[in-house]
Amino acid sequence: MNIKFKLSIILLLIIVLISIFAPVFSNYNPLEIQKGKQFLPPSMIHYFGTDEFGRDVFSRTLYAGRISLLAGLVAVIVSALVGVPLGLISGYYGKIIDTCIMRTMDSLLAFPALLLALSIVAVLGPSSLNAMIAVSIVSIPNFARISRASILTQKEKDYVDAAVSIGASDKRVIFFTILPNCIGPILVQITIAVAFAILVEAALSFLGLGTQPPDASWGAMLFSGRGYLRVAWWYAFFPGLFITLVILTLNIISEEIRDKLDPTTVT
Amino acid sequence: MKRQIDKEIVLSVKNLIVKFFTKNKVVNAVNGINYNLYKGEILGIVGESGSGKSVNVLSITNLIRPPGKIVEGEIIYDSKNILNLSSKELRKIRGKEIANIFQDPMSSLNPVLKIGTQIIESILKHTNINKKNSIKRTLELINNVGIPSAKERYFNHPHQLSGGMRQRIMIAIGLSCDPKILIADEPTTALDVTIQAQIVDLIQDLKIQYNMSIIWITHDLGLLAGIADRIIVMYAGRIMEEANVIELYENPKHPYTKALLQSTPDLNDDSEKKLHTIEGYPPDMTQEFVGCPFFDRCLYKENICNQNNPDLRQVNTAHNIACHIDI
Repeated sequence: MNIKFKLSIILLLIIVLISIFAPVFSNYNPLEIQKGKQFLPPSMIHYFGTDEFGRDVFSRTLYAGRISLLAGLVAVIVSALVGVPLGLISGYYGKIIDTCIMRTMDSLLAFPALLLALSIVAVLGPSSLNAMIAVSIVSIPNFARISRASILTQKEKDYVDAAVSIGASDKRVIFFTILPNCIGPILVQITIAVAFAILVEAALSFLGLGTQPPDASWGAMLFSGRGYLRVAWWYAFFPGLFITLVILTLNIISEEIRDKLDPTTVT
Repeated sequence: MKRQIDKEIVLSVKNLIVKFFTKNKVVNAVNGINYNLYKGEILGIVGESGSGKSVNVLSITNLIRPPGKIVEGEIIYDSKNILNLSSKELRKIRGKEIANIFQDPMSSLNPVLKIGTQIIESILKHTNINKKNSIKRTLELINNVGIPSAKERYFNHPHQLSGGMRQRIMIAIGLSCDPKILIADEPTTALDVTIQAQIVDLIQDLKIQYNMSIIWITHDLGLLAGIADRIIVMYAGRIMEEANVIELYENPKHPYTKALLQSTPDLNDDSEKKLHTIEGYPPDMTQEFVGCPFFDRCLYKENICNQNNPDLRQVNTAHNIACHIDI
């Protein structure tokens, strides 16, 4: 385990923890508007400064992290729960079932992810929940593709025949016998997908289609801070920094997991 | 080791035909074979690679996967045709009534599950034994197949065991529900001779203990001589000769069996002559035979052999051959 990986885990844990325990760490109400305190630069009183309504950016960033991280997590859990079984079933049975499922997935993949998410939110109406739904739907095809590819290589192995020959049902063979053998690539995909989901949620919020004011998410803060970049760089900088850090650490972690699980790279 | 005629038939295979449909050709893997399996006997099936041995026994529990297909035939077990059963009924038979032991111990166990989990799985599914007793039974089984410190092994993963131990674990899985029929598809090919001897002893012990019928597939005639009660010789997806073990070794009637037996090295023979081989190659299984599939390589062939495919006929009590010629 290298130092980069350790640092990433620690950094990610810190960000996740201070977001979860935001009320403990922040000394201001993130929604509280304070007159005469607009655009204060970072100081010991307001660590990350204040925004155009005199709200504390540090508190807002932490509370925003709750929504952004939750969006990432929920989206990935939902899309993995839907996508993985779809891919496994499709790969195991093959033929017409495979064609039906995978062509549907392909048609989802045909749209650029962000565009698809945008149109889904446009239909459902802008809110942070709908943004999560949109991100989940967009991530499903990747999970389906990856689990299908893994089950295709696994299902030809003898232990699968052996399981069938002791009377295991298809359901049991797919989810109990084969799935644990496919978990490696799926795990890597999960970490990447969390990063991707946070990014898409941020993009949607940036465009005003995700989290709605006065609630904050990192993307939404970037959007409103963008207009004041010249007078108050800290307003957009800190949420942007948090997004960058989370995505970066998640990518490093997923890379490490991939190396660990891939037998060809074991030294 | 004499076969009694009045023995109860537990399984009978009738006119089984299995074909594999690949993109541009059809492989005739099994071409209409008939045989019975009697209670408490070990039936050996020999034949060279590609003679349809494995396909034949995989069909018994309907495990043939596309592109393979059972085109015709019946497999009667418990007065039901297995090939007509629904997949739910079939699952009740697989593992519980008829168990398979696979060829390759290295790949036939699930690499990510614990040994114990893999054995207990079928006990929990097929019997009414509760979890606590199943664990006890599993430990007993691991012990019975000759693996010491069963408790530790229960929590091991397959990669922590040697090939021989894995093979034993597979036998333990096969035995877990006291099957009536155990199908062992070359269970000792991947093992060295000492382990092979242990496995053979083990299976013989277990046969007596559980009164099972066993189908033992191999291409090792020497091994079968020591273990089987009755032997079926297969060639090109057909049964060439069927006889009880002593009869087959002492008095082989089919040219192919004769040639096979001559090709077995004799340890007591000190002369330095070359090992006998059968000239030619196994036939191309994509072709349909008009005559005998062994025709090209046969030393006794006559004209009729190339025109007419011989049916299995009786030459002696409990001794059948598929050959036109009497030798």
